Amino acid sequence: MELFHAPVRLPTNVEEMLLRTIWFAGAAIIIVVSGRIAIAEAPVDPAAVKSEDGKYLDKEGSPTFKVASDGTVDWYTYSGYRRYHSECHVCHGPDGMGSTYAPALTDSLKVMSYGDFMGVVASGRQNGNSVMPALGDNPNVACYMDDLYVYLRARANDAVGRARPAKKEDKPEAYTQTENSCMGKK
Amino acid sequence: MRKVLLATLGSIAVLTAGGAWANDELIKMSQNPKDWVMPAGDYANTRYSKLNQINAANVGKLQVAWTFSTGVLRGHEGGPLIIGNMMYVHTPFPNKVYALDLSKDNQIVWKYEPKQDPNVIPVMCCDTVNRGVAYGDGKIFLHQADTTLVALDAKTGKVAWSVKNGDPGKGATGTSAPLVIKDKVLVGISGGEFGVQCHVTAYDLKSGKQAWRAFSEGPDDQIMVDPVNTTELGKPVGKDSSIKTWQGDQWKIGGGCTWGWLSYDPAVNLVYYGSGNPSTWNPKQRPGDNKWSMTIFARNADTGMAKWVYQMTPHDEWDYDGVNEMILSDQQMGGAERKLLTHFDRNGLGYTLDRITGELLVAEKYDPKVNWTSGVDMNKASPTYGRPKVLDQYSTEKTGEDKNTKGICPAALGTKDEQPAAYSPDTQLFYVPTNHVCMDYEPFKVSYTAGQPYVGATLSMYPPPGETHMGNFIAWDNKTGKIVWSNKEQFSVWSGALATAGGVVFYGTLEGYLKAVDAKSGKELYKFKTPSGIIGNVTTYEQGGRQYVAVLSGVGGWAGIGLAAGLTDPTAGLGAVGGYAALSNYTALGGSLTVFALPQ
Repeated sequence: MELFHAPVRLPTNVEEMLLRTIWFAGAAIIIVVSGRIAIAEAPVDPAAVKSEDGKYLDKEGSPTFKVASDGTVDWYTYSGYRRYHSECHVCHGPDGMGSTYAPALTDSLKVMSYGDFMGVVASGRQNGNSVMPALGDNPNVACYMDDLYVYLRARANDAVGRARPAKKEDKPEAYTQTENSCMGKK
Repeated sequence: MRKVLLATLGSIAVLTAGGAWANDELIKMSQNPKDWVMPAGDYANTRYSKLNQINAANVGKLQVAWTFSTGVLRGHEGGPLIIGNMMYVHTPFPNKVYALDLSKDNQIVWKYEPKQDPNVIPVMCCDTVNRGVAYGDGKIFLHQADTTLVALDAKTGKVAWSVKNGDPGKGATGTSAPLVIKDKVLVGISGGEFGVQCHVTAYDLKSGKQAWRAFSEGPDDQIMVDPVNTTELGKPVGKDSSIKTWQGDQWKIGGGCTWGWLSYDPAVNLVYYGSGNPSTWNPKQRPGDNKWSMTIFARNADTGMAKWVYQMTPHDEWDYDGVNEMILSDQQMGGAERKLLTHFDRNGLGYTLDRITGELLVAEKYDPKVNWTSGVDMNKASPTYGRPKVLDQYSTEKTGEDKNTKGICPAALGTKDEQPAAYSPDTQLFYVPTNHVCMDYEPFKVSYTAGQPYVGATLSMYPPPGETHMGNFIAWDNKTGKIVWSNKEQFSVWSGALATAGGVVFYGTLEGYLKAVDAKSGKELYKFKTPSGIIGNVTTYEQGGRQYVAVLSGVGGWAGIGLAAGLTDPTAGLGAVGGYAALSNYTALGGSLTVFALPQ
C-alpha cells in the first residue's frame, strides 16, 4: 500500500526524511495532515445504518455509500463520481487510482477519517513536488465534499467499480435545496 | 555544410540587426532537409521531409541507432529540433531542455531545467505535457508549464530573457510550442478547462517585449478584428462580433484557448491557428455562438490583425477544440492553382479552405462514424452557410443538464486531437492519426472560481458500437474530402505523422510501436516497440551522411489518462478481441528518445 508516490525531488529537510523513514518502515496507516502526524484508528465499518434525506450515515454518523443488490447507488456516490472526474482526476487519476503526482485515493480513503478528508481538501497540503491545492473556496468542490467523500469511500471499499455507476437513486429534494443555496443559485 | 551552418549560427547576433532576417534565415534553414528547425519541420506544417535514403524498399531493415532517456515520466508530446550538429530535446514538466551534440556521440552540451512552482501541476487539464521548443535568432524558445516564455542561448543554454505569458494562479498554463516569425516569437496559451480568456501573443525576439496580443473572445480591440476588413466566409464580421455572442461578460472567462500549432505563409504574411472550446463544458450555462471559440484565425504576423476567421463549431456542446494544426499546400483544384489550408478538426470534419480568402471549399467527415452532425451547410445563399447541422439526439444542450447524452461520435478527444498530420506533395495525400472513440456526455452546473477547474461535464469514452479498435491511421484527399486508405489501430493514434520523399510515412502508437507504412497503399513495412507509448511526433534528419528517424516515447497526455479511464464496461476488455483492454496492459510511463537508421 502506498499513500504517496515518491516525489520527483528528494526530500531536503530532516522532518520529511523522518516521515519518509517511518513510511517505508511499513507504518502504512500513518497519515500526515497539515504537518501533524495522526495515527489513524482502525477503519470504521462503512455500512449504512441510517439515512437522512437520501444521505446515508455509518454508525458514527459519517456519510457513507449505499449500493443496492441490483447495483443502484445512492445519489451522493453518483454525484461524487461526476464531481471527482471534473475536479480531482487530473492529479489523482481516473477512478481514484492515483498518478505520479498524487496518491491513489482508493487507498487513502481506506484509513482516512471523514474529518481528516475534509481538512485536507479544504486546506490543502504540500509534500515536496506533490501539491494538494486548498479547495475550500471552490464551490464546485466545497459544496460537494460529502459527495466526493462518499464516492471515494465506496471506491476504497470496492463497493463501486471503475465504471460510471449505471443506476442511481433520484436526486433528493433536500439535496437540491442545499446545492442551490451553496452554489448561489435560486 | 556543417561548418557553414555553424558559422551562420555564430554570426546571428550581427545579422539580426536587419529585422526580417530571422524569417528569411528560418525559411532557408527549413528548406535544408538535413535539419528540422521548427516544430512541424516547415512553416506550412507539412511534416514532410525530402530525405529519401530510407525508402519503401529498405525501411524494413531499419534499426535502432541510439536512445536517450529524458529522466522524466508522464506524457511526452512534440519532438526534438535538429540544427546542424545540435539536437534540442524537451520534456514535460519540469520542462527540461537538453542540447545534444550529434557529431560527438550525442553528448549533452547543456541542460536547462527551470525551477517552477509545482502548484501549476493541478491546473494542467490533460497531463503535464509540452509540445516542444522553437528556434530563431540563435536562441531556443521554451514555453514552460507556468507560462514563462524563456529564450535560451542555443550554444550555452544560458537564459537570454524570459517573460510571463499568463497567470497560472488563474489556471493559465503553457503546453504549446512557440513559432518564430520574422523578428517575433509567437505563442498561444492553455486553460480552457479553467475559464481563461485565451490569446496568441507575439514577443520581440531580442528583448521579449510584447508586440501584440490577440484574444479569442472579447471586444474588437482585444480580439484584434476589424469590423469591416476582417471577414468570415467572405462577409465582414461586423462590430462586436464576439461579445454579442456571449451572455453578459461571460467572454471574460470564455476559454477559446490556443494550445495547438501555428503555421505561417510568408508570401502573404499570414499566421494561421485555431482556438479551443468555450468554457464551461456545460453548454446550457453559456448561451450564444461563443465567438470566436472553435475558430480558424488568419492574422497578419506583424500586427496581429485578423484577415479572416471561420468558426467551425458554434456554441460547442462536446468540447471539440479547434486547435489542431493548419496544413498549407499549393494544389490544383477545380482546374486552378489554389493556395489551400487543410485542417482536421476535433469535431470529426476535415476542412479545406482557400487560405488567402478564407473561402470554405470542403468539409467532410474523416471518420465515417462521426454522427453529431449531418454535415456542413455548403449553400452560399443559405442563412446557415458554413454551419454544421446538429442532430438533436446528440445535442447535449437539448438533452440538458444532469442528463446523459449517449453514443456521441467522436468523443471529446475528437476524431483527431493535437497530434499533427503530415502532407506529402508527392502523393498529394494527408496522413492523419485519428481517434475512433465515442462518448456519453453529461453536463451539470458549475461555478467559476479563478484558478479552479471550470469543467461542468463528465463523460465516458468507448469505441464505436460494434467495433473494438479505438484508432485509425488514414490517408486523406483534401480536394474530394475522401479517405483513400485506413489502417486500424487498437488504440487512438496520438502521435504526429512524418511523410518523406522515400515514399514512407511514419507514426507512433499508444502501445509504443514506431510504424512505417507505404505512402501509397498504407501497407505496414516496419514496426518496433519503443520503451513506452508514443504520443510524440516523428522527426527525421541527416547527420554524417546518414538519415535518421527520431521519436519521443513516454505515454500520457489526455489519451494516456483518458483511454484507461471512463469505460462503461472495463471488464469487456477481457474478451477475445481485447479492444477495450486497458493501455496499462501494454505500456508504462517513462520518457525516452529512440533514433532509427539503416544498418551501415
